[in-house]
Amino acid sequence: MINTDTIHGVHQALKKKEVSARELVASIYERIERLEGDIGAYITLTPDMAFAQADAADRAISSGDIGPLTGIPIAIKDNICTRGVRTTCASHILSDFLPPYDATVVSLLTQAGAICIGKTNMDEFAMGSSTENSSYKITRNPVNTAYVPGGSSGGSAASVSAGMAVAALGSDTGGSIRQPASYCGIVGLKPTYGRVSRYGLVAFASSLDQIGPLCKNVTDTATMMDIISGHDTRDATCAKRPPESYTSGLGASINGVRVGIPKEYFIEGIEGEVSAAVNGAIQDIKKTGCVVKEVSLPHTPYTISTYYVLATAEASSNLARYDGVRYGYRVPLANSLLEMYTKSRMIGFGPEVKRRIMLGTYVLSSGYYDAYYKKAQQMRTLITQDFMDVFKQVDVVLTPTAPTTAFKIGEKSDNPLQMYLSDIFTISVNLAGLPAISIPCGMSKEGLPIGFQLIGRPFDETHLLNIAYQYEKKTTVCSPTIKN
Amino acid sequence: MPYETVIGLEVHAQVLTQSKIFCGCSTRFGAPPNSQTCPVCLGLPGTLPVLNKKVVDACIKLGLATRCQIAPFARFARKNYFYPDLPKGYQISMYEYPPATGGQIEIVCNGESKTVGIVRIHMEEDAGKNLHDGAPDGSYVDLNRAGIPLLEIVSAPDMSNAQEAVAYLKALREILLYTGVSDADMEKGNFRCDANVSIRPRGTTALGARAEIKNLNSFRFIQKALEYEIKRQTAILEEGGRVVQETRLFSVQRGVTSSMRSKEEAHDYRYFPEPDLMPLHIDEAWIASIRETLPELPDAKRARFIATYQIPSYDAGVLTGTPALARFYEEAVAAFARPKEIGNWIMGDFLGMLNSEGKEIDQAAIAPGQLAALVAMIDSGQISGKIAKTIFEQMYKTGADPAAIVEREGLSQVSDRSELSEVVDAVIAAAPKEVLAYRSGKTKLMGFFVGEVMKQTGGRAHPTQVNELLRDRLKERPLIV
Repeated sequence: MINTDTIHGVHQALKKKEVSARELVASIYERIERLEGDIGAYITLTPDMAFAQADAADRAISSGDIGPLTGIPIAIKDNICTRGVRTTCASHILSDFLPPYDATVVSLLTQAGAICIGKTNMDEFAMGSSTENSSYKITRNPVNTAYVPGGSSGGSAASVSAGMAVAALGSDTGGSIRQPASYCGIVGLKPTYGRVSRYGLVAFASSLDQIGPLCKNVTDTATMMDIISGHDTRDATCAKRPPESYTSGLGASINGVRVGIPKEYFIEGIEGEVSAAVNGAIQDIKKTGCVVKEVSLPHTPYTISTYYVLATAEASSNLARYDGVRYGYRVPLANSLLEMYTKSRMIGFGPEVKRRIMLGTYVLSSGYYDAYYKKAQQMRTLITQDFMDVFKQVDVVLTPTAPTTAFKIGEKSDNPLQMYLSDIFTISVNLAGLPAISIPCGMSKEGLPIGFQLIGRPFDETHLLNIAYQYEKKTTVCSPTIKN
Repeated sequence: MPYETVIGLEVHAQVLTQSKIFCGCSTRFGAPPNSQTCPVCLGLPGTLPVLNKKVVDACIKLGLATRCQIAPFARFARKNYFYPDLPKGYQISMYEYPPATGGQIEIVCNGESKTVGIVRIHMEEDAGKNLHDGAPDGSYVDLNRAGIPLLEIVSAPDMSNAQEAVAYLKALREILLYTGVSDADMEKGNFRCDANVSIRPRGTTALGARAEIKNLNSFRFIQKALEYEIKRQTAILEEGGRVVQETRLFSVQRGVTSSMRSKEEAHDYRYFPEPDLMPLHIDEAWIASIRETLPELPDAKRARFIATYQIPSYDAGVLTGTPALARFYEEAVAAFARPKEIGNWIMGDFLGMLNSEGKEIDQAAIAPGQLAALVAMIDSGQISGKIAKTIFEQMYKTGADPAAIVEREGLSQVSDRSELSEVVDAVIAAAPKEVLAYRSGKTKLMGFFVGEVMKQTGGRAHPTQVNELLRDRLKERPLIV
């Protein structure tokens, strides 16, 4: 049995030639063969490509050319474009879409020698918090298959948690990396808006979307970030900043670092066990030398409504291109252009996507724009300002990642509002464009993972990752057991 | 009741760039369908726009040339609607924060000057084109044009008849050509116009319900469409009816406008700020760098032509019609300083020939120096004005120097007095009756004699000298026996 647990572990094994990339990939697919039926993490597996990439990695390794991601099997969320590999966004409307290009992050990973195992399941167009909104299948939580893995990057989180990939890429618009990472007991980072290129990420809400890694630990997360972050001329919203090495920032002393606990995040609605675990994390973080103090983010109550106005408005426009004209699903028989549009979209999109398109169309409509979209933009500014004020007093903010542990499959699927509340602690981070990481900090009595979130200043990932790393070193929290 | 017309115009001008506004695809005209497309302008999932800075430069330049305020902050917005030629389901345009506002353009119409306000100038991408012809099984979409950079120039409702509207469009087109912002080629659709027209009782200030007439792409059609629309609205009001606000389409074949969609059917474009592009911060340094590239503009050039070359304002107007025309004129005048005469040649024969072939002056075979040489030869009496026309036609066809043509064809004017004397004497000797009649007072016969001399010399005789010689010879003299 090869230890496929972490990037670092696999890297060492490859370097010492204890295993070849081909053997590694074979073992990953074997594991997928065994577990995928129960978990359903993937929409598309890409063994041909993976073995070819593995052989290339083995050749590189034998010639002494090994980088930190050479030969590392990675899963990619199915809303990130892969050249010639269908990219569905878990939507019927894109069931046969073959992108003619790679997303920038995919190019970067490929150039670094990483291996693409497959494309992971998700909520359709990343709209959801449980991966139950996929047009293809549901994904189950590897920790306990009666539960959801969270979402929308549920397939990516489950693949890493179950050892069906060593690391994965997800996307996070309102918590879609962090919440599933928390539910599946792994680490998930949403980078600062503009830190990672969005080119090739199928847009849900352009001003909020950000690609990030889901990994077994903080070191792996930093390793992935070293590769995928940086300026991209193809994304005008991608920040022009010199490249940073996040891994080399790990290990610096965090003595005296100020950690803010926002009082608005520790109120009703949080499960007792979550509250206890996060309080435990606060105690652990104090042991690393950090100073903890209470802070206030007064506009927190408006977060969810602000988000659902802005995200749906952008989505209603971003998803207009799926009209059946050029690619994607088109209803075979239509008597008029209008009928082609309406029927293709009616059949092609699932209910949650249609709900959000309608909501977004409504808030942008003439006569409603000022009351909804404009107000929400103003509120977004205030929410961002809250964080900027807090960052004058503290260096990072600590919150629970989600108010509860993973919920049962089907438990919230009929109640969109309940579902939306599972992102209550993660959404404000996207509105403010900040980096935030979810780190495991315990388990419920039922054995379900609990995570907490550290939120950093814009473009302060180096610091954020180091604090998470120091916590991870100190804590005694054990990872959930996944069946083999 | 007397009515007055209020017209405001929206022009879409294609910016003269090598590549599209948000991707690197070529803007070349006439390529095979969909051969100039990429994932970005096809609107494929996951692609993102990246702004071509040259388009912003062009927008600032046109803003400065039309005396607009350049805004320090500008932002793109999405205009949402569904149509097969619109790949993303929205057009990236601008809404709340255009880069240029509050400008002016001077126009001259029927000899009167007028200032037309420019409300705003903004950037946007063009859509593709639906092709319905030659497709029995459906319609096709050509997206070569999708993402072509456009400037939308919105005028104030300052024009009160069709002629003023056309004068405004011509003035704007001139500015676009002068600044090099656009080639404003109307046949290629690089200069398109929508017109907002309304009628109100003369002397009132409230605007009447307006009709928006779409997609007018020649000055002639614009004039016809506006005249028709003014007549139509006036008739409605005179019959006590109400004009409804709507979008109308001009039919070139029938010369009428007809309803396309009513106000109720109007699109709700759901504009909102484009999140894929950063807002533009246009600082003074940027504006200054563009200001440095501004050429002399048509108004200034006209004034200078009138002052420097002492030509009538009409001539100055024609000769500054395009930068190439003005350049040609100035080079010719520099080579030979007869501004009025050179102007006449250009405005007369030259432009006539160019227009009949649909050519621009910079496509002509004649160089400015050659035209100057021709005028110099007339001036020196080497050739007659009449012969010069023949020579000019050959120059136009072949691009040959006038001197070479004169040499080759032996067209040089006969001004040698002795040579002319012989011809004159022969003509007089051959027409004793006419001589007698002339001498007895029928001096109108001078024309006959001149004509005869010209006939003999193949039109090459110097007219003044011929007249002098004839007058001398025909003088009544005493009969010496």
